Amino acid sequence: MGKWTRRAVLATGGLVGGGLVLGFSGIAFAPNRIGIRPEDEKDAARLTTWLRIAPDDTITVIVPHCEMGQGVHTSLPMMLAEELDADWDNVRVEEAPAELLYANGYLVRAFVPAVADVPKFMERFIDWGTYRLTRMLDLQVTGGSSSVRGTGFLGMRVAGGAARAMLIEAAAQRWQVPASECDAKRSQVVHAGSGRSATFGELAAEAAKLEPPVHPRLKSYKEYSLVGKPVPRLDIPSKVDGSAQYAIDVDVPGMLYATIAAAPVFGARLGAVDAAAVSAQPGIRKVVQLDDAVAVVADSYWRALKAVRSLIPSFTATDNDAQTSETLAATTARALEAGEAEKVFSSDDATAALGGAGKAIEAEYAVPYLAHASMEPMNATARIAADRCEVWVGVQDPLAARKVAAKAAGMNADDVVIHTHPLGGGFGRRLPGAHDFIDQAVRIARAMAPAPVKLIWSREEDIQHDYYRPAVIGRYKGAIDSSGRPSVWISRFNDVAGAAAHVPYAVPNQDIRSVKVASHVRTGSWRSVEFSQHGFFTESFIDELAHAAGKDPFEFRRDLLEHAPRHRAVLEKAAWIAGWGAEPAPGRARGIALVESFGTIVAEVAEVELVDDRIKVHNVWAAVDCGYVVNPDTALAQIEGGIVFGLSAALFSEITVRNGRVTQSNFNDYPLPKLADAPRVKVEFIHSDAALGGLGEPGVPPIAPAVANAVFALTGKRLRSLPLRVGDSEAAKTA
Amino acid sequence: MEIILTVNGESRVVDVDADTPLLWVLRESLRLTGTKFGCGIAACGACTVHINGTAARSCSIPAAAVQGQAITTIEALGHSGQRHALQEAWIEHQVPQCGYCQSGMLMAAASLLAKTPRPTDQDIDTEITNLCRCGTYERIRRAIHAAALKLSSGDVEANDSAQPAQVRHG
Repeated sequence: MGKWTRRAVLATGGLVGGGLVLGFSGIAFAPNRIGIRPEDEKDAARLTTWLRIAPDDTITVIVPHCEMGQGVHTSLPMMLAEELDADWDNVRVEEAPAELLYANGYLVRAFVPAVADVPKFMERFIDWGTYRLTRMLDLQVTGGSSSVRGTGFLGMRVAGGAARAMLIEAAAQRWQVPASECDAKRSQVVHAGSGRSATFGELAAEAAKLEPPVHPRLKSYKEYSLVGKPVPRLDIPSKVDGSAQYAIDVDVPGMLYATIAAAPVFGARLGAVDAAAVSAQPGIRKVVQLDDAVAVVADSYWRALKAVRSLIPSFTATDNDAQTSETLAATTARALEAGEAEKVFSSDDATAALGGAGKAIEAEYAVPYLAHASMEPMNATARIAADRCEVWVGVQDPLAARKVAAKAAGMNADDVVIHTHPLGGGFGRRLPGAHDFIDQAVRIARAMAPAPVKLIWSREEDIQHDYYRPAVIGRYKGAIDSSGRPSVWISRFNDVAGAAAHVPYAVPNQDIRSVKVASHVRTGSWRSVEFSQHGFFTESFIDELAHAAGKDPFEFRRDLLEHAPRHRAVLEKAAWIAGWGAEPAPGRARGIALVESFGTIVAEVAEVELVDDRIKVHNVWAAVDCGYVVNPDTALAQIEGGIVFGLSAALFSEITVRNGRVTQSNFNDYPLPKLADAPRVKVEFIHSDAALGGLGEPGVPPIAPAVANAVFALTGKRLRSLPLRVGDSEAAKTA
Repeated sequence: MEIILTVNGESRVVDVDADTPLLWVLRESLRLTGTKFGCGIAACGACTVHINGTAARSCSIPAAAVQGQAITTIEALGHSGQRHALQEAWIEHQVPQCGYCQSGMLMAAASLLAKTPRPTDQDIDTEITNLCRCGTYERIRRAIHAAALKLSSGDVEANDSAQPAQVRHG
């Protein structure tokens, strides 16, 4: 770690009309020190503009992340405004365009020193042997719960601190006083001795002529006056009156509408289509055939939808046409028996220890494929005209979207413009690698050029053509020694897991291995990625070990966390606010779970009751340690919303496969929690000195095991697969 | 076919297929995009509007079937440039996350308050059956209670905007 030098380039420029534009390109870090060098020959071309201060005192913060409800268009400007000492009322936010300038590759370098903590989407760019980037980074991702702890902590604060120093210096020069006698407050520089003051806007043009400071002073947490206070999200007013413009709302003059039917079995190609059958219908402009899909373009979505539904296209046969959830699970089971298992972690000789152990137990868990089902169905509007391709879309990586669009258009990326929009849900469905709907929209627009085309997927298309949360089977073996502590932990599971499969508890003999199993079902990142499966596995099995040891599940866990004081404090806090140990109301029971993900530790206690064989979650208590909180109410909402999201996996949703294709099609057979299913949630944050953790995802993983453990406490029945179902009645399955 | 709709108090003439759902007429013909498409089968409620003051899921109602009836969308939930008490409460309690389902949630909540001025949690859970991935949570209940309290405490403007949509726009 000590080898790292932290270098960043701050660059300044004048703003048309006289103002300050401040940004920097790339960051490389020396541990524990943020420094800026005024130039860096290698990175100098990659100027990133973060901040504009206009003569009218308007401060614009440019955020290179999408807003999808996580509040990042407020929390990141807060971090910059804090260091700048800006008047929050004058702060505006703009989303960065899809330009290489805003690629967040520098984040990788920021994350590398904390190796275990690199967001998954960045792993493929890192050569782990040398900790070097393997190639030029061109990501502009919002994912991995990384915006605040990466861009905000490493970028926004530095830009704010540097700009503040430059504004003070400009004032000091103007007034011919030492800069040390000047202070900045609420978008003004003041000189107490002479009583003079000037606004940031008045000073911006002069500040722009100065060199950025090498080491801008950054505040300590104690000095914060904005960060840590609940600030209303800037995007919310537009989300209560219908004025927020999601991509699906775009109105491009002359726009046509398209919808699509892709091959129901992944990997099949489009066969024959009888286009004549629909081409004569009113308003139908074209039937567009793609490799694996057929689209209808019409003058309205409804006409396009009716037409595509009346088409009966044939698709080529594949080797997977007979696959079912059962055959896929059997393949996984065979691989777990026989496959090459790749070591995730091991210590001592777990297998030998198991042989000599006191009380041994085994368990198998399973979680199904899951769709993201973001409330805004997949959509993109594309226009190819005048040697240019324009795309209006909401994505978690506009740069990746631009590449997909360029390829589909047969153009250079430079000739593609991405117009970004707020997302009606992301959860990983709009990450790079899952931009099929953009590829389709551009190909359809190509067929209709120069007319713009808005492609909207039906919900059925969305549920059946997702990049699903992988279905995983996990097999666990463990043992309790004579002192009642676990002595062995052995696990085998399919798919990759990395840190998600690690056990936070003190278990001396561990052997954790993963097995690769191929499937024709497309998979992708689903909010909290592998933690959503492994949180359930690990926290269920530790609960089973506690039961085998005859101990209270909370106390059993706590006693195994002496080496991990933050984890222990979080667990204790959750138990404390839940009143763990006090008898719950008659007919109810509580379960607990603890998961660290994305740098944040979360423990949740769930209180459940069985109502007509259905699991009713009445209350959830959550304790969270993410270092410190930037915008407390938004942070709270992320945990509350994460719990609802996690409950969908715990109790409701499941994707199954029959005849090679996804069985479910809409919210009638892919149910989500309703308000009546929403528990009361109490969250407490623990302020620690730890590095900032993420918040978009960590609320999700603990809820499923907390509920399963509560059901066990209530019924004595251990539920080992999701969604959790008590009894075998059909009503319990589909209700 | 040509149909005549009364939307947000105005008479609008559109030329669409007879079976076109109200949702798509609102969104595409009238450019009122605050009403959202979520499922197309009246399951999620993102498309909720008021028809004669009562919440209805516009994705599954042919526009031709509601001619002559008072249709209100999220764009007209407020009144004379003033936000509805529910919209204020939604901001106060920072309810929306991604926000996509919120037009429908708000229209469903306004319909509930018009019928049941001081709803219980039970009333809310029964009446607000809209779906969301994260937003079907306690903040909705809290904001509805807050708006109900404000509306029933004699605030004249708020009471005025709590009148059924039919009265406001009919």
